[in-house]
Amino acid sequence: MTGSFRTASGGRIDRAKPLAFRFDGTTYYGFQGDTLASALIANGVHLMGRSFKYHRPRGVVSAGSDEPNALVDVRRDDARTTPNLRATQVELYEGLVATSQNRWPSLAFDAGAMNDLFSPFLPAGFYYKTFMWPAGAWKRFYEPKIRAMAGLGVAPTLPDPDRYTQHYAHCDVLVIGAGPAGIAAALAASATGARVMLVDEQAEFGGSLLAETAATLDGKPAQQWLADGLETLAASGNVTLRTRTTAFGYFPHNMIALAERVTEHLASPNPNLPRERLWQVRATEVVIAAGALERPLVFPENDRPGVMLADAGRTYLTRYGAKPGTRATVFTACDSGYRAALELAAGGVEVAAIADLRPQVHGDWAAKALDAGIDVRPSTVVTGTLGRRRVSGAHLAKLKAGAVGPAETVACDLVLMSGGFTPSVHMFSQSRGKLVYDPALQVYLPGTSVERERSAGACRGVYGLKAVIEDGYARGEGAAKDAGFGTSSPRAFAVEAAELGTDGFIGAVPHGRNPAFAKAFVDWQNDVTSKDIALATREGFRSIEHVKRYTTTGMATDQGKSSNMNALGIVSEQLGVGVPQIGLTTFRPPFTPTTFGIFAGAARGDLFDPIRTTPIHDWAAERGAAFEDVSLWKRAHYFPKTGEDMHAAVARECKAVRSSAGIFDASTLGKIEIVGPDAAEFMNRMYTNAWTKLEPGRLRYGVMLREDGFVMDDGVVGRLSHDRFHVTTTTGGAPRVLAHMEDYLQTEWPDLDVWLTSTTEQWAVIAVQGPKSREILQPLMDDIDLSRAAFPHMSVREGHVCGVPTRVFSVSFTGELGFEVNVPAEHGRAIWEAIFKAGAPYGITPYGTETMHVLRAEKGYIIVGQETDGTAVPDDVNLGWAVGKAKRDFVGKRSLERAAMSAPDRKQLVGLLTTDPKIVLEEGAQIVAEPGVKVPSPHPVPMLGFVTSSYASATLERSIALAMIKGGRARIGTKLHVPMPGGSIEVTVVEPSFYDPKGERFDA
Amino acid sequence: MLIINCPWCGARPEIEFRYGGEAHIARPADPSALSDQEWADFLYNRTNPKGRHAERWRHIHGCGRYFNAVRDTVSDFFVATYKAGEPRPDIAGETK
Amino acid sequence: MPDNAALQRLSEGLRPIEAVRLSLLGPAARLAFRSREAGIGPAGEAFGVALPREANRFGQSGSRFAFWLGPDEWLLLAPGEDAAPLAAAIEAATLGVPHALVDVSSRSVGIEIAGREAAFALNQGCPLDLSLAAFPIGMCTRTLLGKAEIVLVRLGPELFHLDVWRSFAPYVIGYLDEARREFA
Repeated sequence: MTGSFRTASGGRIDRAKPLAFRFDGTTYYGFQGDTLASALIANGVHLMGRSFKYHRPRGVVSAGSDEPNALVDVRRDDARTTPNLRATQVELYEGLVATSQNRWPSLAFDAGAMNDLFSPFLPAGFYYKTFMWPAGAWKRFYEPKIRAMAGLGVAPTLPDPDRYTQHYAHCDVLVIGAGPAGIAAALAASATGARVMLVDEQAEFGGSLLAETAATLDGKPAQQWLADGLETLAASGNVTLRTRTTAFGYFPHNMIALAERVTEHLASPNPNLPRERLWQVRATEVVIAAGALERPLVFPENDRPGVMLADAGRTYLTRYGAKPGTRATVFTACDSGYRAALELAAGGVEVAAIADLRPQVHGDWAAKALDAGIDVRPSTVVTGTLGRRRVSGAHLAKLKAGAVGPAETVACDLVLMSGGFTPSVHMFSQSRGKLVYDPALQVYLPGTSVERERSAGACRGVYGLKAVIEDGYARGEGAAKDAGFGTSSPRAFAVEAAELGTDGFIGAVPHGRNPAFAKAFVDWQNDVTSKDIALATREGFRSIEHVKRYTTTGMATDQGKSSNMNALGIVSEQLGVGVPQIGLTTFRPPFTPTTFGIFAGAARGDLFDPIRTTPIHDWAAERGAAFEDVSLWKRAHYFPKTGEDMHAAVARECKAVRSSAGIFDASTLGKIEIVGPDAAEFMNRMYTNAWTKLEPGRLRYGVMLREDGFVMDDGVVGRLSHDRFHVTTTTGGAPRVLAHMEDYLQTEWPDLDVWLTSTTEQWAVIAVQGPKSREILQPLMDDIDLSRAAFPHMSVREGHVCGVPTRVFSVSFTGELGFEVNVPAEHGRAIWEAIFKAGAPYGITPYGTETMHVLRAEKGYIIVGQETDGTAVPDDVNLGWAVGKAKRDFVGKRSLERAAMSAPDRKQLVGLLTTDPKIVLEEGAQIVAEPGVKVPSPHPVPMLGFVTSSYASATLERSIALAMIKGGRARIGTKLHVPMPGGSIEVTVVEPSFYDPKGERFDA
Repeated sequence: MLIINCPWCGARPEIEFRYGGEAHIARPADPSALSDQEWADFLYNRTNPKGRHAERWRHIHGCGRYFNAVRDTVSDFFVATYKAGEPRPDIAGETK
Repeated sequence: MPDNAALQRLSEGLRPIEAVRLSLLGPAARLAFRSREAGIGPAGEAFGVALPREANRFGQSGSRFAFWLGPDEWLLLAPGEDAAPLAAAIEAATLGVPHALVDVSSRSVGIEIAGREAAFALNQGCPLDLSLAAFPIGMCTRTLLGKAEIVLVRLGPELFHLDVWRSFAPYVIGYLDEARREFA
């Protein structure tokens, strides 16, 4: 019931736990411990996908994360559908539903396969050559069609309902990869007492040991040794073990990013568990024990289902108990093919022949194969294969003096290939270590390190189980020592294992056939053949980086794991230069495809960014206020009454402030308390204004410049005592201003005795503005006299309101009489409510930021960041009066002295009145002198400036606007024009103060 | 993410810091005495070396202190960090 | 009248998770004290807790704490106390010595995070090594939790306090609640 290709016994699957799953609508059975690929193989299914370009039928090639072909879509529900998963990594669970990709209508009959027939017309670079004409057709026609034809899986359109978490971790030694070298390294490092983390991308630790049936270690079967070693590590207390955890990125200063798949393998995951976890591990030392990947051989029709890597075939049999076929042909350039052949033969798979690319076989592998009755053919190549949806035969031909002899066809349903092993140097290369080409092994190996890391075992070209384990142990010990720990007790390993040599082959195997009709694949997933790469070199591509991009070799989801070295070999042969001279493409993160979910982590919804609210926020929310985002703050934008839109609400709020009183939450204003004997001197240096003579109890509007002379921030400053200032900043500018002040204080004037403390969140700020504000507030004051005589405009008093400590400012950003009541934050709402109640008889009206903007624009008050854009000096925005002319120095002063900063044609702040009072200009609209220009203009028109603020003013019963215009002050009284798509709008330039220009209402 | 050795707090992750541009560029005591060109040099012109670079960092989400560091702009490794006001360490193999 | 009603509701609505317990701490007097060397001794004496000179360490006496936050910066914390008399005492003791003392009692709120997996949950947003060797009992520092700045204090192997600006508190509580969810 669990597959006719299942062995009777053996492997690491749990035969007591059968699992039902579906693939392309058919129900199959597998076992706990299977991958989707191994379970399908056990059911005799090899056809798992269609290739990207030609839609050729494809089967599984590997047994690991290097799989290029068997990409599937795993579906739990509409939102939980994951495309492009490698069937070799998908762990089977009860009820798993998987479908193949890039085929229509079905995997067995794919209409797109006609591309294969037209393949002579789809060579390398065909995109660039073919779809060039007519102009514009790429976007409209070619791209959508090509994307539909040559696709990967389809991403779900629903939001991801699962949780992803992120975790910072620290360790002394991080071991990447838990094969024999990694296990040994972890054992050595943990024995020194170092904090060790051991991670592996697979479901189980052990790497190659998991497929090992013959070897013994320390007198024990390899898998028993593995189990004992893991038990030691788990019991040691200083080791973190994580399976299903891929080290996918190596970042500076030994920060390694790991992707842990926490629940992907579970049939019904606990919703409290994260689906995946991003680990950001900071390791003192790193041991990379990533192993090596078996290399395919590039021969014609090497992509038929049933053609797979030799060690993958062996792994399916020994680790998963799944026979990859019934009759195998082995094509090999190294001993791995023999080991696979012998183990498969022992496991009940007939081995028809071993075609060995080498003229001679070292060691006793050939003898063992002959003893097993296998037909061993040295100097033999496979020149092609037969079959369509499954391989049915292989053509074998002798190589004689480089020439390929006549082919003989061997019937088989499995072709195992091995071109040797490529060390997995991805993480080392990501760490910016320099790779060195080893001509004997024909591979790149780790050379000079940059980070504190070392490679161990096969990933640095160490072959043979004994050597690998000893290397891993020594490297783990060395890492712990370099991390500041002692040495572990010396340990010898008794290893009995079949030794594989170091032979291998890179490039394309000679086949002697007409190249026009032979497709020998280098990159399976992207359908790149040896012919494509040869064509690229003929067309002049020399750099491997260019060949890669032109042919797309190595650009698939496997990122060249199986194709890189063979592509290099082909280019090398074509150009007649050595591999190291061609270079190597860059290894970039991620090592395997990684979900967006782990990068987002918890940062979604309400946790995407902190949502800062004031103590009065809930009051406003309860009254239906609309909010706007101002930096991270939520600010009440306006308070609509039933049926009101923003325009109506703002008009009503404006009128209330102008005629009686409004109440406004100004808590988000930045606040800094500047304290110390040198406080006034520091203020003198940081602001354009003069502060020395400001008396305690008085306020002043301060302007802050950057050193380049441009307005950076503004705000009202209160002097509380000779050595204490209460500074306010814009809402968004608060952190910037404090950092700017700290910079000068710490690095330029460390001698000043003054300190800065942010008090933004200490105080809730309630602005009460309007002619009735004094009458409303006075009864609530315990000990502050608000009378005009005792408390003039622009003053500050400390005392109590409703029994709560307060700092009251008599200040106005509206042009009306007004006060700002500061109270400790936790009292904010209660005091607000008390004022609101006291104001009820006067019709006190809560207003939001939009009304605040309109009221200040009527007065011509600027907002830094709205009227200014980082290129305005104080005089440009009519703040020249705030610059202390007698001051010797302040930040920005020297820059103001440059002639350009006072040139008459600088953009200057002016008011604009549209000839038609009903038209409200668009903020950001350009202003020109020429009348009648419509956007877009058929001819260039000089721009004079732009609209910075524009509102419908209920008070003035017409529209008003502020603008920055070249030489604006000299243009007052003239007419200018605002070109818009609907036509040009005529405006008159006026003084930028539309309401009570003399300021007679402050002390009303 | 770099590890930066704050002279006060020790080794901390980069995310706690803010970069502050080139170090040892003192604000002139009397800016008005400078020509426009001299002022522009102070304001804008920096050495931008390939190799060792003395630069300011602030441990903004830690002790809040500005300090100086010598960092190799090629390797991204720090050679030294030191408190504001201290002289640039005399490290062999200056700017490459 | 004083209240953190919204925060209180938020923290009381949290489900109990034994491995990572989260709770909002009560009101406290908080004073930001800044001074050069001359002010350190007198201020500590007046507050009743010597101000630590060692970086990232706190001093404690009874329920009062003095946290080192920078080489000239301490946060003085007195749970349940009124800031005004404390400030007056320190001002009196440091008269004539350049310093800055600012009442920041209302600027932040305290959060306790305790339990077997407290450090693990914190490390979902805090980039520091929270092993006992690297972050021992008695350590305090400003750092980050996700996108919020916090003051993190270790009082025990499985007991931490956070001080966070009040408007960031809902984010921090929400973040930690999400971080501990896998232990529910």
